[in-house]
Amino acid sequence: MLDGITNILVVGIGGQGVMTAAEMLARTALNQGYDVKKTEVAGMAQRGGVVSSHVRFGPKIYSPQIDPGEADLLIGFEAAEALRWLPYLRPTGGAMVNTLRLAPPVVSVGLYDYPVDPIGELAQAGIEVHAFDAGAIAAELGNAKLVNTIMLGAISDYLPFPATALRECMIEGFHAYKPKLAEINAQAFDTGREAGHIRTSS
Amino acid sequence: MNAVVHAKAESRHLLSGNEAVARAAWEAGVRVAAAYPGTPATEILENIALYPDIYSEWSVNEKVAVEVAIGASLAGSRALAAMKHVGMNVASDAFMTQSLAGVIGGLVIVVADDVGLSSSQNEQDSRYWGRFGHMPVLEPADSQEAYEMVKQAFALSEQYEVPVIVRMTTRVCHVKAMVTVAGQRTEHAAAGFQKNPQRWVMTPANAKPRLPVMHQRERQLQALSETSDLNLSFAGSDRRIGFVTSGPAFMHVRETFPNAPVLKLGFSCPPPLEKIRAFAGQVDTLVVVEETEPLLETEIRATGLEVCGKDILPRWGELAPSVLRPAIKPLLGEPYQVPTRPQSTVFPRPPTMCASCPHLGPYFALSHIRNLNIVGDIGCYTLGAGHPWNALDTCTCMGASLSMAHGMDKGRGASDEKKSIVAVIGDSTFLHMGMQGLLNMIYNRGNVTVLLLDNRSVGMTGGQENPGTGQNLHGLPTPRVDFAKLAEALGVRPERIRMVDPYELPTMVKLVREETKMNEPSIIITNRPCSLTDRFERFRPYEVIDDQCTGCGNCIDLGCPAISVSRRETVTAKSGKSKELVFARIDANTCTGCHMCVETCAPEAIVQQPQANTIRVHPHA
Repeated sequence: MLDGITNILVVGIGGQGVMTAAEMLARTALNQGYDVKKTEVAGMAQRGGVVSSHVRFGPKIYSPQIDPGEADLLIGFEAAEALRWLPYLRPTGGAMVNTLRLAPPVVSVGLYDYPVDPIGELAQAGIEVHAFDAGAIAAELGNAKLVNTIMLGAISDYLPFPATALRECMIEGFHAYKPKLAEINAQAFDTGREAGHIRTSS
Repeated sequence: MNAVVHAKAESRHLLSGNEAVARAAWEAGVRVAAAYPGTPATEILENIALYPDIYSEWSVNEKVAVEVAIGASLAGSRALAAMKHVGMNVASDAFMTQSLAGVIGGLVIVVADDVGLSSSQNEQDSRYWGRFGHMPVLEPADSQEAYEMVKQAFALSEQYEVPVIVRMTTRVCHVKAMVTVAGQRTEHAAAGFQKNPQRWVMTPANAKPRLPVMHQRERQLQALSETSDLNLSFAGSDRRIGFVTSGPAFMHVRETFPNAPVLKLGFSCPPPLEKIRAFAGQVDTLVVVEETEPLLETEIRATGLEVCGKDILPRWGELAPSVLRPAIKPLLGEPYQVPTRPQSTVFPRPPTMCASCPHLGPYFALSHIRNLNIVGDIGCYTLGAGHPWNALDTCTCMGASLSMAHGMDKGRGASDEKKSIVAVIGDSTFLHMGMQGLLNMIYNRGNVTVLLLDNRSVGMTGGQENPGTGQNLHGLPTPRVDFAKLAEALGVRPERIRMVDPYELPTMVKLVREETKMNEPSIIITNRPCSLTDRFERFRPYEVIDDQCTGCGNCIDLGCPAISVSRRETVTAKSGKSKELVFARIDANTCTGCHMCVETCAPEAIVQQPQANTIRVHPHA
């Protein structure tokens, strides 16, 4: 963090809940009294494309975009996507990565290769990497859509505000709009929080 | 429902620029709002629709939307039309003349420029329309300003009886930022239409006397711009460079050069040239930072001031601190090294069609038929130009497929002699601007096969309603356009109007083959809904029985994202030729059970998953 500003880049693929996770981070920051901006380019994201959501908060935020080399945290919902956005991280930054490998059709048919070890490459870049299989946790909890909540839980102890602030903001949202899902999401958050503590490298 | 609809006065919210515009429209007492969906403007009307005090509609195109707003304005109501930048081209016929006649109820046109082309066919600078049409342009830099400026735009519009343009960009529309919502709705009662033919009937005799009125108005607006508090000057301690900027570019300037003086133009047309001259006198070098065109730069230079702009900054694309630093730091004698981190290249992940997308069938057919020139249009089906179909040859603008195909037919060259011309268009695009092309083709004895892909939604922008869906913006039932009857009414012979289930691949291929051989216009209309909308019915997923898969790869050609390659094997045939076999698997989470791929599989290796669950078996299986 520089100038009291936190830059978080959330990346993944259309449909994974990247934008919802970014929205939760932004709302929590707003609740904490920060100035907040959140932006993404997702015009065609529903069609399986790359989604990146930038969340910036601090005393005063001007530009909504995070510049290359200026992200404090990278939250990757997919392994190769995390690697794609690595140049956006500060040398001192950290990455929380779901180890899911999702190959697009251009890889599946052999036009391109999927990186052999994206997590390893991230680790070699000298940043702090925490990687785990969020999909497996979601499957254990019985709902594949819990991945974004699990990722939020995983990152919650590495934010400039208490993990409980993020948790409460999220649960509040569920109570307001989808009360039936509040409990399972609370569980997913807590399980993700545990998983996020395991450090892969550096 | 969005929480901001019930927001209390003086409460803080995290709002996108589009949500802020909607809130402002409601507070400003707007009574009528109209739009056609288009990224990044779509959510403006979707959010306005949440406010019950405003009549809102999806119009069939942007010109119609602006005309609806004009009519409401003449009746005395405050009215708003919203669109993306290319929509302004469509709408321009209406507002270019209405600017001359003027307005009564406040009329605001919110235009969203897709700077950087996140989801558009070109990049345009809508600020030109203000100069072209003699209308003021306001340029918010973030959600709070969008909220405030829309309200001011209505006051300005009524005071000067002029349509006002609020120019947004993607980084205003889609950025969520804090907005303090000031108040509640102020009603502006409509007096009703006051007949005045000299004013409203724009015959040459009536229009001519309006010209001096319009130019007088522009001089008044120029004077207003000089004193407007929307044109804000920020003092700075480092006066080596002073910036003139507008819109979100302001944010990047403040972020990058926090100590530099900045003149921020919120009321950028007509530009406050005297204010700019005074500002220029206080700094060593004047730099104009504006996205896309060097518009202010050219206007400032024309006054005789020396200015830097597009000579150092990019002529297209989005600006950002990372763009400003390397361009401007050298002016300060501070060479700037772009930070780099060694990066391994990661494969591209282009957008693709969805699992069970009803466009997959038609593109499977088009990719298997030779000697076609395939003229495309704007929508998800534009993705047919990509892998694996490679079955779309042009995409220009809304509705162009039919008319361009007609022209390609009439203008056939040497290599086209044996080719058939196909036009591909979706339901909403057809109703937006495609019908005229079909009418024109019939009227002029053309010979094009039209593929009308009716997925009952405006798919690319998120599944909005249109006159072909049977529902309006508010989800209420409306008469649904009968495309077959419409085609017949426009003159297509009933024998040449073919309805088809796009999931029935053999029929789909057969129909396209048949119709492209005809020497007259024909239209093939598909009938499956977009798989991302509520109209789509999901069935039990399919799977590949590996033992039975022969590795032919036919199902891969469908382009369904649920199907991927499980393994490859190279085998040597009896002839001695080696051949690569491609074995497939289906991702059960992605598969929706549409059964299209089953029809590509000769060895019947694709079967519906056996386990009983609540999802029904597909009736075709």
